[in-house]
Amino acid sequence: MANITLKEIAHSYTGYSDNPDDYALKKLNLTWRDGGAYALLGPSGCGKTTLLNIISGLLTPTSGQVLFNDEDVTHLPTEKRNIAQIFQFPVIYDTMTVFQNLAFPLKNRGRTKTEIEPRVIQLANMLGLEKDLYTKAQHLTADAKQKISLGRGLIRQSVNAILFDEPLTVIDPQLKWELRSQLKYLHKQFGFTMIYVTHDQTEALTFADEVIVMYEGEIVQVGTPEALFERPAHTFVGYFIGSPGMNIAPCELHGNRAVIEGHEITLDCSYREQPASAKVEVGIRPEYLSLAGPGQAGLPVKIVKVDDIGRHKIARVALNSREFHVVMPELASMTGDQASLIFDTAHTNIYVNDHLIAGEQP
Amino acid sequence: MIAKQTNQKAWFMVLPVFLVVAFSAVIPLMTVVNYSFQDTFGNNQFFWVGIDWFKDLMHSERFHDAFLRQLLFSGIILMIEVPLGIFIALAMPKKGWGVPVCLISMALPLLIPWNVVGTIWQIFGRVDIGLLGHSLASLGFDYNYTQEPIAAWITIIVMDVWHWTSLVVLLAYAGLCSIPDAYYQAAKIDGASRLSVFRYIQLPKMQRVLLIAILLRFMDSFMIYTEPFVITGGGPGNSTTFMSIDLVKMAIGQFDLGPAAAMSLVYFLVILLLSWVFYTVMSNIGEESSNGGA
Repeated sequence: MANITLKEIAHSYTGYSDNPDDYALKKLNLTWRDGGAYALLGPSGCGKTTLLNIISGLLTPTSGQVLFNDEDVTHLPTEKRNIAQIFQFPVIYDTMTVFQNLAFPLKNRGRTKTEIEPRVIQLANMLGLEKDLYTKAQHLTADAKQKISLGRGLIRQSVNAILFDEPLTVIDPQLKWELRSQLKYLHKQFGFTMIYVTHDQTEALTFADEVIVMYEGEIVQVGTPEALFERPAHTFVGYFIGSPGMNIAPCELHGNRAVIEGHEITLDCSYREQPASAKVEVGIRPEYLSLAGPGQAGLPVKIVKVDDIGRHKIARVALNSREFHVVMPELASMTGDQASLIFDTAHTNIYVNDHLIAGEQP
Repeated sequence: MIAKQTNQKAWFMVLPVFLVVAFSAVIPLMTVVNYSFQDTFGNNQFFWVGIDWFKDLMHSERFHDAFLRQLLFSGIILMIEVPLGIFIALAMPKKGWGVPVCLISMALPLLIPWNVVGTIWQIFGRVDIGLLGHSLASLGFDYNYTQEPIAAWITIIVMDVWHWTSLVVLLAYAGLCSIPDAYYQAAKIDGASRLSVFRYIQLPKMQRVLLIAILLRFMDSFMIYTEPFVITGGGPGNSTTFMSIDLVKMAIGQFDLGPAAAMSLVYFLVILLLSWVFYTVMSNIGEESSNGGA
């Protein structure tokens, strides 16, 4: 059990380089509190797995240090770090039974049979593997094999952290949900530090107390699920989280007024003048946009399409050529294809060169 | 009605296969079967003798000796080449410039024709001019494969190991390369020792290719002819007269077509039987005790 600190960590698969583009993981600093439930969220190829492998020691970073509490473990081999890691695809020992598979990590660490047996049986019951305990692992389904992989990750009770590398990819949706709640329950019960890598935002947001969003080898935001939703620090977080993602539109900024496609809205805050070369954008969640009848206060838009997705409707509206998504209550109905678009200014964010900037309350 | 017509046409589609198999396998084999039940004194005159040749064969000391020699040879070959091949495959690099270098140097012996390999070793081992034979003799070893049965056996075995271990290496290496990295990573996480990685990951994952390697090496070594024929000609005495050499002596040297045909059939059936045994045993290794509990 330890706090895990990554200090100035960077990694390039081609060795040391002066060109930052060669780095799969760009210089980052991060601390994982002991007992925290974290999710690493980001698109494929953004460096999530690289980061995970650096923590577990499967990779040695090109530069920087990994600290467990205050101990430098950067060059300590994986087996000495006391880390559990579960991979995307099931890894099982074909010739062993389910019981032997689950017991393997304990056996390798010299635990006695009397210690191992109750623990294996308890875990098998929890994962629903008790019926197959004495079957050869290779005869089981992909789901069950992944459960064994999970089980081998969870069997040791004194690990520093459990790392999950998209472990539920191969599991079917119903079971996925069950296993995720079980992991959550285990986290509450035993207080393992858990780091969960995924590119599925629902998985990340339901699992974690804190979500780390990565994009192109960099950490773009660390925060609670609410913070990621309300105040995305980067336009990427805005796009990536939420369904549909945040509406981002270029604008001109004059104090507390923003001009979008030639139409002006008044913001809650006022912002400093930005240099002419800066890319200034306004970002707002579809949930915070609403539509009123044509001719009312708001920006005049044309309704392109309305999708009914059950709990609510999503309207696609066009302001000149720029499209916005608007979440509407299910019963809302619009007549004609003209409407007025209303911004909830308390939830309107301004981005300069993709990064969120803070305004001043008047 | 229509379906029936379609069925009739289908017979024509398989006709070429019938013809090819008939001419390549069935007819030659039946000729041998035909000879094995008859005796001839030349003039193309044949007499029916029933299963006499088979009876003789079962009681023939010469056949027993050749058969035991052959079993011993194949046994030794498998015991050396399979573990050695796996060991070399494990030691080979997985990436970098070493991979093509290793693969090509491994493949080279496989490309050399059998009788060239025989000739190379025949000369290599000669006491008068061969590098190996002369060096050994100079060092005081009593090595002479034309006189000493043990020396002859060692020469042929070392030659076969040199010639064919590569095949096992290449197959085992292919098996090793197909193991995803995640297995090794998981083994590290689980704290597995090097031996456990071999025992629980590499060996089970290589099982299929090793089955092929063992079958191929068994069949080839059980049928070995050219190299010992070139090196020792079956001698000294009969000490390296393996079954195929004996068969050729009988069929072509003595022109005993009937006994030779009977021996061919038995030889063929033994290979078939042993290959089947290997296949069944090895395919079932992973399955044992799988129903232990449940």
